[in-house]
Amino acid sequence: MRADPADYCLASPGSLLGVLSLLAAEPAQWLPIAGGTDVMVLYAAGKLPNRKLVNIWNIPELRQIEVFPDRIRVGAACTYTALRMHPIVSQEFPLLATAASWTGGIANQNRGTLGGNVANASPAADSLPALLVYDAELALISARGERQLPYRSFHIAYKQTALAPDELIRDISLPRRFSGYVSHARKVGARNAQAIAKVCLAALGRLANGTVQDVRLALGSVAPIPLRLVATERELLGEKIAPSLLETTRRSVTGEIHPIDDIRSTARYRAAVSGNLVVEFLEKLASEGENA
Amino acid sequence: MIPSPETKAKCEVLFTVNGKTKKVLTHPMERLLDVLRNELGLTGTKEGCGEGECGSCSVLMDGMLVNSCLIPVAQASGANIVTIEGISAHALLLPLQEAFLECGGAQCGICTPGMILAAVHLLDKKPEPTLAEIREGLAGNLCRCTGYMQIFEAVATAARRRVGK
Repeated sequence: MRADPADYCLASPGSLLGVLSLLAAEPAQWLPIAGGTDVMVLYAAGKLPNRKLVNIWNIPELRQIEVFPDRIRVGAACTYTALRMHPIVSQEFPLLATAASWTGGIANQNRGTLGGNVANASPAADSLPALLVYDAELALISARGERQLPYRSFHIAYKQTALAPDELIRDISLPRRFSGYVSHARKVGARNAQAIAKVCLAALGRLANGTVQDVRLALGSVAPIPLRLVATERELLGEKIAPSLLETTRRSVTGEIHPIDDIRSTARYRAAVSGNLVVEFLEKLASEGENA
Repeated sequence: MIPSPETKAKCEVLFTVNGKTKKVLTHPMERLLDVLRNELGLTGTKEGCGEGECGSCSVLMDGMLVNSCLIPVAQASGANIVTIEGISAHALLLPLQEAFLECGGAQCGICTPGMILAAVHLLDKKPEPTLAEIREGLAGNLCRCTGYMQIFEAVATAARRRVGK
């Protein structure tokens, strides 16, 4: 059943304080809406549980990308287009810029937001593996105050997050210490444009004296939440990238993920592709890592 | 525009559509698509999927290509909207129209207004796009007739003619 607009209200306080007061007055009643690329789909299908929405598209402080010497701070309502066009994002955070280019077509990139991708918490979201490997930190804000949360602690279970009912994601900070890393982003979907991922990988690594000095691997669509492969990373540290290592890594990846069969793919296919993508990255790291 | 949070009353939305100031009295969660078609009679904007996948409802909002089915009209308050009807005043319309006709880029016509808007948005930013850029610029617009090649060719042809190559 299509939604009847008369059953919904949409408040536009126009200020962060105004938004937070509504969230505080009736926690969990008000659903923030930015570009609407997720919310309006549920709404149109009559599947939106909330009847009250609060507009956060027109809050200027949520739309800024600020550059500091040690980090960049991306306002939660920054669009994929804004990320793709930002020079520091494309130079120093190519995994995020690439993920932004994967997300929908141009029209949805003009409206879809990074904070929306985080809050929506889909394990298949394109940008979330990149945030994991870049050690993103979230600023969560409410009328009670503000707190910082490492992004890796944000997802609790399938579509469940650490966001309190009266909280809003204000920004996503990324430390500027990965520009010397070899990076690799790969998305495997049914078609090139617009398809939701069967599996996607964001990876960073650095070699020293021919061995792995640091490595960061995250996969989407292989578990109930976007997954950092901490055990596989640990096994790779200090190792020289050789054929035998690639085989043990493949097994380690398969052991660490929890893929399922669904409309987009099968668990078996996802496991095989996940191993392939990580191996592909390690081969790239071996060939480019010494010079990076 | 601040509707009282507790009421679900209609509100007044003031915006510019195709260069003219418009005022509509509507529910804030009414989709921009429905306001354009039903309140303002601008039926050139089509509804395809209604979930932001197909691009039939593309319009320009403050110069940005958007899917009007995903925009609550209250978020268009104060915005400058251009629909396919408004593109008739754009310098690119004639070259695009001619190229779409010549190349067979328009068949049943449902996707065509969205394709033209996506093409205008692309060519305004990149006057001489590569084929990859044309493909990317139009990736959010689905066509079930042409198989796309004729549309890409039409956009490339229009671009070449405009820059005089």
